[in-house]
Amino acid sequence: MKELLIIAIGSALVNNVVLSQFLGICPFLGVSKKVDTAAGMGGAVVFVITIASLVTSLIYKFILSPLGFEYLQTIVFILIIAALVQFVEMFLKKAMPPLYNALGVYLPLITTNCAVLGVALTNVQKEYSVLQGVINGIGTSVGFLIAIVIMAGIREKIEYNDISESFQGTPIVLVTAALMAIAFCGFSGLI
Amino acid sequence: MNNCTERIYNGLVKENPTFVLMLGMCPTLAVTTSAINGVGMGLSTTVVLVLSNMLISMLRKIIPDSVRMPAFIVVVASFVTIVQFLLEGFVPSLYDSLGLYIPLIVVNCIILGRAESYASKNPVLPSIFDGIGMGLGFTVGLTAIGIVREVIGTGAIFGQQILPLADAAAGKGGYVPVTIFILPPGAFLVLAFLVALQNKVRNNAAKKGKKVAEPAGCGEGCASCGNSACGGKVFPTGNEK
Repeated sequence: MKELLIIAIGSALVNNVVLSQFLGICPFLGVSKKVDTAAGMGGAVVFVITIASLVTSLIYKFILSPLGFEYLQTIVFILIIAALVQFVEMFLKKAMPPLYNALGVYLPLITTNCAVLGVALTNVQKEYSVLQGVINGIGTSVGFLIAIVIMAGIREKIEYNDISESFQGTPIVLVTAALMAIAFCGFSGLI
Repeated sequence: MNNCTERIYNGLVKENPTFVLMLGMCPTLAVTTSAINGVGMGLSTTVVLVLSNMLISMLRKIIPDSVRMPAFIVVVASFVTIVQFLLEGFVPSLYDSLGLYIPLIVVNCIILGRAESYASKNPVLPSIFDGIGMGLGFTVGLTAIGIVREVIGTGAIFGQQILPLADAAAGKGGYVPVTIFILPPGAFLVLAFLVALQNKVRNNAAKKGKKVAEPAGCGEGCASCGNSACGGKVFPTGNEK
């Protein structure tokens, strides 16, 4: 139990997926203009990464590993994730329309999000069990949710500031990200 | 052959993936803690890019249009796996420092982007040179950022100390390294100044009425990211269009 908690906190705060591993920079910069949309994107990422880390760990444990096909992991994982995202989208559309309305627009954007593949590969590299892998997935994606929502909150305020011409748009967002990354460095003493 | 040199110029200068198109930002930020890592990552990406451009261009008349994205991904992922094993076998030190980011070359926007927008429409030879040009452009970008971060962060280039460090104990004056530049926040900071510089150049060019290629990456919001290579659907579901 203690070990699982350490994995979750470590992946959510200490090694934050965006601010210290630089995975998922695309949606982090692109979809963080408003808190609502940022929360939607974050929710979709939590949903997809949790399912993807479960499915990829199961497939690695019970299909690739016993057959000695470990070297195919990159190819298999990326195809599983791509298929999974679209399957989840279709399933949500039919079965849970309210959830689909909240997350649907963001789901296709996640297909080639490197954070999803990153979590699947980390689980294999660190030799996590299926349960540890899922916990790592949840932790990582919650870390993404925290980072993108904080960023959106700050960006809503930045809108009203007077920024020099060259720094408008992406550069000021990156400076903000740098300051957030410094703040998250403070978590490194936690575990 | 004129077309081939034009492709290389295009990749290195006119549509430089790092400085102009802003593609592949994840590896750009993550591995540029030192110049040598930048070179290693850039060259690995170049190898994958050239080989995948070549094979996709050869197969462009065979791959059915509806399954082209999964086909491209399988081709790219196979070459990435090969490069990963070669690095692990022959350059283990580089393999250890690049770590997770080698398999993640698969989801690098540059590779799928070039496959989709160039290699799937053009003959083999220009596609190979397009891969070389784009790959070298990416390598130059990563190396430049790596050099900046390494010099400010440690006072060295490629591991060679060029700025004599201060030594308080001996009472010797010198350079005090700003360690934060080789930590994650430094990556964001360097990239912020890089994009600001690029904005400045772009604004000046716009005032003079010149045209500069627009960024195709994700820096400018996900509208630009919604192209088929970056965020589109990989498997056609049939209910599109």
